[in-house]
Amino acid sequence: MDVRADPTRQLVRLRGRSYVAFVFSPVVPIVDWLAEIDATLARSPGYFVGKPIVLDLAAVDLSGAAIAHLVGSLNERNIRVLGIEGVDEERLGGNMPPLLTGGRACVITRNEPAQKAEPEAKPKPTSLLLDSPVRSGQSIVFMEGDVTVLGSVGSGAEIVAGGSIHIYGTLRGRAMAGVNGNSSARIYCQRIEAELLAIDGYYQTAEEIDVSLRNRPAQARLEGDTMKITPLN
Amino acid sequence: MAKVLVVTSGKGGVGKTTTTAALGAALAQSGQNVVVVDFDVGLRNLDLVMGAERRVVFDLINVVQGVAKLPQALIRDKRLENLWLLPASQTRDKDALTDEGVGRVIDELRSRFDWILCDSPAGIERGATLAMRFADEAIIVTNPEVSSVRDSDRIIGMLDSKTVRAERGERVEKHILITRYDPARAARGEMLNIDDILEILATPLLGIIPESQDVLKASNVGTPVTLNNADSAPARAYTDASRRLMGEEVAMVVPAERKGFMDRLLGRRAA
Repeated sequence: MDVRADPTRQLVRLRGRSYVAFVFSPVVPIVDWLAEIDATLARSPGYFVGKPIVLDLAAVDLSGAAIAHLVGSLNERNIRVLGIEGVDEERLGGNMPPLLTGGRACVITRNEPAQKAEPEAKPKPTSLLLDSPVRSGQSIVFMEGDVTVLGSVGSGAEIVAGGSIHIYGTLRGRAMAGVNGNSSARIYCQRIEAELLAIDGYYQTAEEIDVSLRNRPAQARLEGDTMKITPLN
Repeated sequence: MAKVLVVTSGKGGVGKTTTTAALGAALAQSGQNVVVVDFDVGLRNLDLVMGAERRVVFDLINVVQGVAKLPQALIRDKRLENLWLLPASQTRDKDALTDEGVGRVIDELRSRFDWILCDSPAGIERGATLAMRFADEAIIVTNPEVSSVRDSDRIIGMLDSKTVRAERGERVEKHILITRYDPARAARGEMLNIDDILEILATPLLGIIPESQDVLKASNVGTPVTLNNADSAPARAYTDASRRLMGEEVAMVVPAERKGFMDRLLGRRAA
């Protein structure tokens, strides 16, 4: 048996919902205002991505062409305009964002997932410990902080550190500390036979290191523009 | 348990091939099954030092590339029946060696021998890195001079990073063998002294081989120095080193200037 029910009429339901949008209020000159936007984007690219943006043009008097140009400029920066406020409707062309009215100010709560994830990430280590000798030809580069070597650094090996360098053994290779411009970085070693020492770009080669310092515990530090190498103890 | 031992140095002319032949023969003399493998493809020498150059038919490259089977390429020593040579090719170059091919040959050798001694070419390029790649132990041949010691340091760094064992987080057991040690020049302070070398390299000492005419004489007649004149100073030093490799405690002797070079016993079992 074939039962045919009358098709029930589907009602188009209209629901209301409110969203929080960023409101841009451009000021003249528009070029300078866009430069501000560019600066914000340079600091945090993608800040406006996926956010509803409303243009409030009440403070400026722009022609239809100027508004179209402004919306286009924002589009070029990947900022999509949801609607426009504070302007006569006749100035908005057919393919422009719609006119909005009745907006209420509110506080923007920031709950971006990127910021949530941040506390979970472990803080980066600020020192590097090597418990074996550094051999000739090896290069240890650690820009984030101090390097400590339990053992010797061979002739032809190099240690590059953003912070200080500590060597519990003989330093026969090169040690470059404070390479990020940290002039308070120092180099310590139990026996100095270094090929080259450098702190924040100031360097001394083996020839310039005083013979009386050789084969002893020593530290190197910067005093103004000069490197001071002094015996330890 | 088969042991793969690489004889390496970084620098050329320090005595790798002499050492490979002498230690191989000494180990074989004490009853071990030994194969010496020449990795110096293109500049092979081990066949000459072993006196087998006129019997080479197939070589390591042929086996790596599957052209020949391993037993076809192995050459048995005429003096010791448990000493074998796997020669290198003289006509090819080191690029003909592949990682997997060498690994396969080494695996096959492991099932046949107690000791696989790999004679590494000088340098730090492909030939040298492949020779050390599958090693369980390494002998770093060092002359008492600064350039050789620095190159050895470099090679130790590579043994700690580029070998299969290092990549698995295991260690390659390393030994320093000081060769061409001249007691007269050492006494005059013209050479690095042994303590300084060991301090720089921070690696245990396997032995000290004195500079000697016997070494050259032995290679010229194509006989490992330990077989040519077993009583010569270098032969005794190599034999001692081979016993230390097998785990025996043998007192370390620093060759002295006078004839009786056994005088100064150090009693130092490597740092």
